[in-house]
Amino acid sequence: MNDIEGVEAAVAAAFREEWGQVVATLIRVTGDWDLAEECAQDAFAQALDRWRRDGVPRRPGAWLTTTARHRALDVLRREAVGAQKLREAAVLARDEGPSDPEYDGDDSGVRDDRLRLIFTCCHPALPIEARVALTLRTLAGLTTPEIARAFLVPEATMAQRLVRAKRKIRNAGIPYRVPPAHLLPERTTGVLGVVYLLFNEGYAATSGADLVRMNLCAEAIRLARVLARLMPDEPEVLGLLALLLLHDARRATRVDPAGELVTLEDQDRTAWDRAAVDEGAALLESTLRRGRPGPYQIQAAIAACHTTAATAKDTDWADIAALYGELARFVPSAVVRLNRAVAVGMSEGPEAGLALVAELEREGELDGYHLLPATRADLLRRSGRTAEAAEAYERALELVENAAERRFLEKRLAQCRSA
Amino acid sequence: MKYVLFICTPVGGEELSPAQIADDPRFTSYIDEVRSRDIVRGGARLRPSTDATTVRVQGDEVLLSDGPFVESKEYVAGFDLIEVADLDEAIALASRHPAALGGGSVEVRPVWE
Repeated sequence: MNDIEGVEAAVAAAFREEWGQVVATLIRVTGDWDLAEECAQDAFAQALDRWRRDGVPRRPGAWLTTTARHRALDVLRREAVGAQKLREAAVLARDEGPSDPEYDGDDSGVRDDRLRLIFTCCHPALPIEARVALTLRTLAGLTTPEIARAFLVPEATMAQRLVRAKRKIRNAGIPYRVPPAHLLPERTTGVLGVVYLLFNEGYAATSGADLVRMNLCAEAIRLARVLARLMPDEPEVLGLLALLLLHDARRATRVDPAGELVTLEDQDRTAWDRAAVDEGAALLESTLRRGRPGPYQIQAAIAACHTTAATAKDTDWADIAALYGELARFVPSAVVRLNRAVAVGMSEGPEAGLALVAELEREGELDGYHLLPATRADLLRRSGRTAEAAEAYERALELVENAAERRFLEKRLAQCRSA
Repeated sequence: MKYVLFICTPVGGEELSPAQIADDPRFTSYIDEVRSRDIVRGGARLRPSTDATTVRVQGDEVLLSDGPFVESKEYVAGFDLIEVADLDEAIALASRHPAALGGGSVEVRPVWE
């Protein structure tokens, strides 16, 4: 076990498992985000060296946290010029255990430092880009250059964003805690929103060059798993995890080797990740049984309708249409209603779907959204009105931005013209 | 921590005097809350920005202009200096202020200490 590769693998595994926990605890005891990150980094560097010599400790997380704390204590002692710093060092030196009274001051009853960290990173007083970046840096352990690449911004911009966010947390007095019960539902929704956004950023990436971005899907799932472990009684947390697993199961089949989009209908169902489908579906089922539905659970149920259908023809579109109707009650958005129009078109026939699309067109809320004419085009195509479909595809092409989607719409347009 | 709550109201909205505010039922619960919790360290109701004078100095010359230094849709109608535990408490208080509830907004700024 003391061979170099084994130790490196153990450190890498510990990094994925424990980074967030080590940083989270160090922030709580030092109150200093930069110091916490620096000491966590230092602890992992020491682990490479010491574990090779002494073997991998039985509880790597505890070893890393203790090492990081000692490092922080050293730094604070060295810098201890004023009484305040000395007091901080004294607090740090005290060996806090889980029985420490400070751990129980939390009125929502959750004790995990990682939860404190994620709720603070996702505080609504921070701009949304900063919430995402801070979560990836402090909780998931991605480096600043990695995050910058994932969000296609210059490294300096991302570094600045992180610095500003940490400064605002300190200067504006954003509390480092799990929100009290009366704020918890609202803030939990905010946290889930950040994780979902992360996943979607990765999901939107389709080409091989976008590997870093695609990695965001894995990070989002990992974060959702952490949340599910920390908040096992929140149906929406479990619903989000189920949703991400079910989407992710299809990820590899969404584009063909040439980088072209493949519609759900044409995806190779045998290539879907069965383990992810099964885990997501089982999780969803046990969550729905609690009888407290919410938007993530409903979206997961819709995803499950697709992933559990043996062929595209077996898809229960009536069920999906009903679920979108239910979702619209929670999320009154025109995009949800557009999705419902698709499902209605598939279950009751294109004309019924077109009537709903026409309604949305009259309301004008989705003006400029390429999927509105693209949906109309698809329904027209299915009903054999190819000339009208071609016109709608042309309109969609004027609005589309994503290159892969553009090529897909062009292909459909050509099919309609030659029909 | 200390915060200043800048009470911003739309230009052209109603202008309540301090006496009117004291008697206005919309303000009662807010005023009662900050009094009973003893968290206000200062504050004032300001005259509308039409009564403002802006001063600039260029060289030896003092330049005066009538009105606020920036024209905007909202103006600062008053401010409260409060002392609470953290931003969440300041936000909770701000969200119960009649200005925030009635079409205006409250800007929460930490005091630089």
